[in-house]
Amino acid sequence: MTIENQQQNNVKLEKEQLTIGFIPLTDCATLAVAKEKGFFKQYGLDVTLSKEASWANIRDKLAYGILDAAQMLATMPITSSLGTGSWKKETISSLVLGVNGNAITVSCRLYEQLKEIDPNFDKQRPVTADTLKILIEQRKVKDLTPLTFAHVFPASTHNYFLRYWLASAGIDPDHDVILNVIPPQQMVKNLENNMVDGFCVGEPWNQQAIVKGLGHVLITSYEIWNNAPEKVLGLNKEWAYSHPNTHRALIKALIESARWIDDDENRVEVAKIISQEEYTHLPEEIILPPLLGKYRYHPEGEAENLPQFNLFYKYNASFPWLSQAEWYMSQMIRWGDISDSLDIESILKNIFWVDFHRQVMEEMGLDSPTINKKSEGLHAKEWEVTSRNGTQTMSSDLFFDGQVFEY
Amino acid sequence: MKKLNVTIVDDDSGRSIILERALKDAGYNVVAILSSNDNLLLHIEKIQPDMIIVDLDSPSRDSLESMRIVTQHNPKPIVMFTNDTDDSMINEAINAGVSAYVVDGFNEKRIKPIMDVAIARFREFQALRNELKKTRNSLEERKIMDKAKGIIMEQRNCNEADAYKVLRNLSMENNKRIVEVAEQIISITGALSN
Repeated sequence: MTIENQQQNNVKLEKEQLTIGFIPLTDCATLAVAKEKGFFKQYGLDVTLSKEASWANIRDKLAYGILDAAQMLATMPITSSLGTGSWKKETISSLVLGVNGNAITVSCRLYEQLKEIDPNFDKQRPVTADTLKILIEQRKVKDLTPLTFAHVFPASTHNYFLRYWLASAGIDPDHDVILNVIPPQQMVKNLENNMVDGFCVGEPWNQQAIVKGLGHVLITSYEIWNNAPEKVLGLNKEWAYSHPNTHRALIKALIESARWIDDDENRVEVAKIISQEEYTHLPEEIILPPLLGKYRYHPEGEAENLPQFNLFYKYNASFPWLSQAEWYMSQMIRWGDISDSLDIESILKNIFWVDFHRQVMEEMGLDSPTINKKSEGLHAKEWEVTSRNGTQTMSSDLFFDGQVFEY
Repeated sequence: MKKLNVTIVDDDSGRSIILERALKDAGYNVVAILSSNDNLLLHIEKIQPDMIIVDLDSPSRDSLESMRIVTQHNPKPIVMFTNDTDDSMINEAINAGVSAYVVDGFNEKRIKPIMDVAIARFREFQALRNELKKTRNSLEERKIMDKAKGIIMEQRNCNEADAYKVLRNLSMENNKRIVEVAEQIISITGALSN
C-alpha cells in the first residue's frame, strides 16, 4: 500500500456502500475494472455496479438517489443541470471516464450506393459526408423517403457527432435525414432489418455490425474530434457536497483503474472483464481489437491501426476540460436544444469540478494541467501543456474538418 | 370530459395485462400494449396516446424521449412528466419501477390518478414476483410446472400431455425456459384472481 493510500484510509468516509449505474458498453471499463481489480476496495468502498437499460434510467435514478453515482454521457451533467428534456437536477462531474470510442456505421446497401457515386469516396481518412450529400440530393429529385440514421439519446455525444459530421457537408440533420433514437443493443438488429441506414454508437456495436457483415464504418468519433470526452462520472451536486471524502475516494479508485487500463499489457484482461455476463456479455474477440488499437472499418480485409480509439488515462484523458464541455454546449445551442442566452462559462464552472479533480490528483501524487481550457482543434500532434510540476504531454485535438474552437 | 388514451410499454406481458385491466376498471382507455421489440416510434405516431406508461427498466425509454424531436411537426410532443410535477409522486414511481410520458401541457390532476393505479399495480406485481421467488427456492421447478399445467388443464379442459404442449410451445415462441413460462402463467392467474 502506498503512503497516499494509507492517508486516504485515515479519512472518514461518509458512505462506504455505493451503488453506481452503468450501461454495458466497452467504455464501462473504468468502473468494471475498479470493481474487479479491487481499486474500489483499496479506497474503502464497497461498490455495487448496477447495469441500467437506458440513459434515461441513469438520469432518473441518479436524480432521485437510487444511484449514488453513474456513468454518464459527457453531455448529461449539462442537460440534467439545465433540465433539458426532463426535470432539472444539478449534476456535477470531476472525472472523465473515457475519451473516443464511438463510430458512424452505414448499411452495406447505403455503402454500395455511395461507392457507385464515387468509388474512391472513402479512400482518404477522415471520410467526409460529401458523397452522402450527393446521394441525398439525388434521392430528393427521385422523391424517395429520407435516409434514417440512429443515435442513442436525445442530447447525446453521438447525436452531436453525427449532426456535426452531416452538417459539415451541407446536410441538414433536421430535414434531409430522419434521426431516431435506438438503444445500443438494438442497433445491429435494426440495421439488419433495414429499419435504419446508419447509426452512431459506441463499441462493441459498430464492430458487431462489421463482424456480422452488415455494414461499414465511415468514420470514428476519434477522427471527428480527436480525444473528445465521451463518458464521465456523474454525481448529484447535493450528494457531492455532503460526501466530499467518499467523492475523493471514488475518484482516486477510478483514476487507479484508468491508469491500470491504459497500461497496454493489461488490455487483454480488460476485454476479458467487460465481456463477462455482468457487463457487456459479448464475445471477447469483438471487444478486444479496438482496445488494442486495431479497428475494422469493413467486413472484409484487415483491421487498421487506430491506437487511440479507446483512451482512459493517457494524455490527461480523465481531466474534465471546460473547453470541451463548451464545445458540447455550443452544439446544443446550434441545434436548438438549449437557449442561446445562457451564461455558458459560469454554468460549466459549476458542473465540471476541475479544481476538485486537481486536488485529488495532487493527493495521489499525480500531475495535472494548470489551465482549464485549451484551443480545441489546434493541436495536430503531441504538445506540452503547463502543469503543476512543469509540463505534461498532451495528444491531438483536431476536428475532422479542420475547425478550431476557441473559448 | 374526454377519456384519456393510455398506452402501456412493457416487456412483461403478465404485468401489462394486469395494469390494463386495472386502468380499464378505473375508466381509462388503454389503446395499446407495446413491447420494446415493437417499432415504438411508428406505433406511437399512429396511435397518438395522451399518456404512455413504461417499465422504468425498459430499454425503449431513450427512444420514447426522442419523440419530442420526431414529432416536432406535430403539435403533441411527449415529455417525461413536467418540471412542476409533484416530486414525491415521481420518487414513488421510480421506486416502484414505473415511468410515464405525457403530452406536453397536460394537467397534473388528470395524470395523478393514473399514476397511482400504475404504481400500485407495479408494486403488487413486484410483491407477487418476490413471493414467487421464495416459492421457487422452496419448491423444485417440477412443482411449478405441475402447478402451471394444472391451471392450463382447468382453463382449457384438456389433459396433462396437452397442457405440457401448451407450455412447451409458449416456451419456444417466447424464447424462454419452460419453467419461466410456467411462472408467468401462475403469476398472471394469481393476480387476476386477487
